[in-house]
Amino acid sequence: MTERELPLWEVFIRSRTGLNHRHVGSLHAADAAMAMQNARDLYCRRQEGVSIWVVESGLIHASDPSDKESLFDPAEDKIYRHPTFYDVPDGVENI
Amino acid sequence: MYTQGLDQSDTRTPGPEEEAQLVQAFQARIDAEEKIEPRDWMPDAYRRTLVRQISQHAHSEIVGMLPEGNWITRAPSLKRKAILLAKVQDEAGHGLYLYSAAETLGTSRQQMVDQLLSGKAKYSSIFNYPTLNWADIGAIGWLVDGAAIMNQIPLCRCSYGPYSRAMVRVCKEESFHQRQGYEIMTVMARGTDAQRRMAQDALERWWWPSLMMFGPSDSDSAHTAQSMRWKIKRFTNDELRQKFVDVTVPQGHFLGLEFPDPELKLDEQTGHWNFGPIDWSEFKQVLEGNGPCNAERMRARQTAHQEGAWVRQALLAHAEKHEDIR
Amino acid sequence: MAVCDQQDLFTYLLRLGDSGLVLGQRLSEWVGKAPMLEEEMALANMALDLVGQSRMLLSYAALVEGKGRTEDQLAMHRDVHEFTNPLLVEQPNGDFAHSMARQYFYASFAERLFDKLQHSADTQLAGIAAKAVKEFRYHARHAGLWMVRLGDGTEESRDRMIRAIQELWPYTGELFETDELDRRMLEAGIGVDLHVLRKSWREDLDRVLGEAGLPLPADDAWMHSGGRAGRHSEHLGHLLATMQFLPRAYPDAGW
Repeated sequence: MTERELPLWEVFIRSRTGLNHRHVGSLHAADAAMAMQNARDLYCRRQEGVSIWVVESGLIHASDPSDKESLFDPAEDKIYRHPTFYDVPDGVENI
Repeated sequence: MYTQGLDQSDTRTPGPEEEAQLVQAFQARIDAEEKIEPRDWMPDAYRRTLVRQISQHAHSEIVGMLPEGNWITRAPSLKRKAILLAKVQDEAGHGLYLYSAAETLGTSRQQMVDQLLSGKAKYSSIFNYPTLNWADIGAIGWLVDGAAIMNQIPLCRCSYGPYSRAMVRVCKEESFHQRQGYEIMTVMARGTDAQRRMAQDALERWWWPSLMMFGPSDSDSAHTAQSMRWKIKRFTNDELRQKFVDVTVPQGHFLGLEFPDPELKLDEQTGHWNFGPIDWSEFKQVLEGNGPCNAERMRARQTAHQEGAWVRQALLAHAEKHEDIR
Repeated sequence: MAVCDQQDLFTYLLRLGDSGLVLGQRLSEWVGKAPMLEEEMALANMALDLVGQSRMLLSYAALVEGKGRTEDQLAMHRDVHEFTNPLLVEQPNGDFAHSMARQYFYASFAERLFDKLQHSADTQLAGIAAKAVKEFRYHARHAGLWMVRLGDGTEESRDRMIRAIQELWPYTGELFETDELDRRMLEAGIGVDLHVLRKSWREDLDRVLGEAGLPLPADDAWMHSGGRAGRHSEHLGHLLATMQFLPRAYPDAGW
């Protein structure tokens, strides 16, 4: 008796101009236009946004948690990428 | 929040030794207050507990729309009508957030809804009580939402990321719910004799069921200990119940209302309000389906679902004809 | 600009406010019954917009009347014959197709009406209209989207949508009727010539029905009328009995 379910969509909202769209949650909808309206009605009831992205969940490619170490740990020792790594003599400003 | 398909990357089953290591590493992450995310390895029991708890929570939001929805068309002023509409709508939204969070664990909303409609899944038994007068809307906001908030605020720190994020949103949005309820109670308690009677009557009917919302005493609660170890739960049922009583009793007295508990008494030493024994046989009866509105609530959900079936079918049929707009 | 009679302005505002109130009440009957949870949100949002608009319009009407009445006294203590909404908005919800067709018919009309009213000589009304037009634009889009999906969905949904349009069509004529009051308000620069809104309303309807593959209703069909003059269908009395119950039963209470 289980009926076929409407596809799942992920919703991303830009809360104000100048900021990135951010993932806020998901919903079900049959097509993009309806997903957009549903996102507006569900996730923007309190002036949360100025722009909406919706994308079908099945279209997202995500990294595998078991790859976490090989993907992200190698960046750990590259401390010279950060400005705090470098010595600047006292008295030198605006650098 | 993430598709169910994405969720199950690791399909092979670990051997018993490997499993033990995984469990240990998992508990270490929990103990370090790390959040668990959908695709991370987790013990089956953790997953099952979460699906059960989150879906019950979602069902409660959805069924919880019904007793209050009962008064939307009869709200006594346009302001109250707008507030109540917005509040009940929030509950639908919160149900949606929660179903979404549970879906990240690999159970579809459809499965969860089927479980509710077939009577297999539970929802908070408080919603099996009727709303008989307008002050009930006040009492639900003040007491039922008040009790719910006590339960929900610790859930914002729950170890499972999607649940905790959903709860942050829910708590933020619900902050007006309790206040609007107390405001209704205030107006009623200070109103005409008839209004005052309604307020007192509502308190009398909702007080004990609200206390039961925290669930059985810790010694009788099947899930408390394990849930606390997993940081799904942060406080015991009894701790939260006492906290609720302590903050709520003075609020009721401020309105000049009487609580239906002759044993209610402030313990000067501890600063806590002692209260009389809870009638758990009533709780059990309601849980088993014998509350005043169990059948009605289920029928309402089933009817909405059945009568909406042709609409949902039409949506799928239309989308299939126009694959390009997907 | 001609001087406007306060009684005229009062009645004009009542018509607008009553329409939002009655349709908002109808939509709020959907709470807990929507075909999917996502649509619960949409229906409640539309109901909230309508109740909000009608509160502004009725409050302003009460002020113009100058008898110390409030929005709630106007909403809760008038009888059927004193309500001035068009018959369309008081029609029962029916099935979801019915409610969406009603919503589309009215919102698409109101979007055009309030678009014009933004330029009303009455600045307060113009301000309310500027807010309402955005809301109705969304309602029309949302309901229009449903008409297309139901019209072009399954055989059952198509049949239901066709029936809904057939049943509601005779109530659309009244929306564009221009009476003496409308004429006086138009002359005063406050009101709108309703008759001229019909052309673009019809064009948009034809676009939606075309997309949905639904038959177009006949322009010369018989039309019901009377709501704006206080002659209503049987349905309104029941709607008011529910809505007004508490303030009528306890007239000395505040809420």
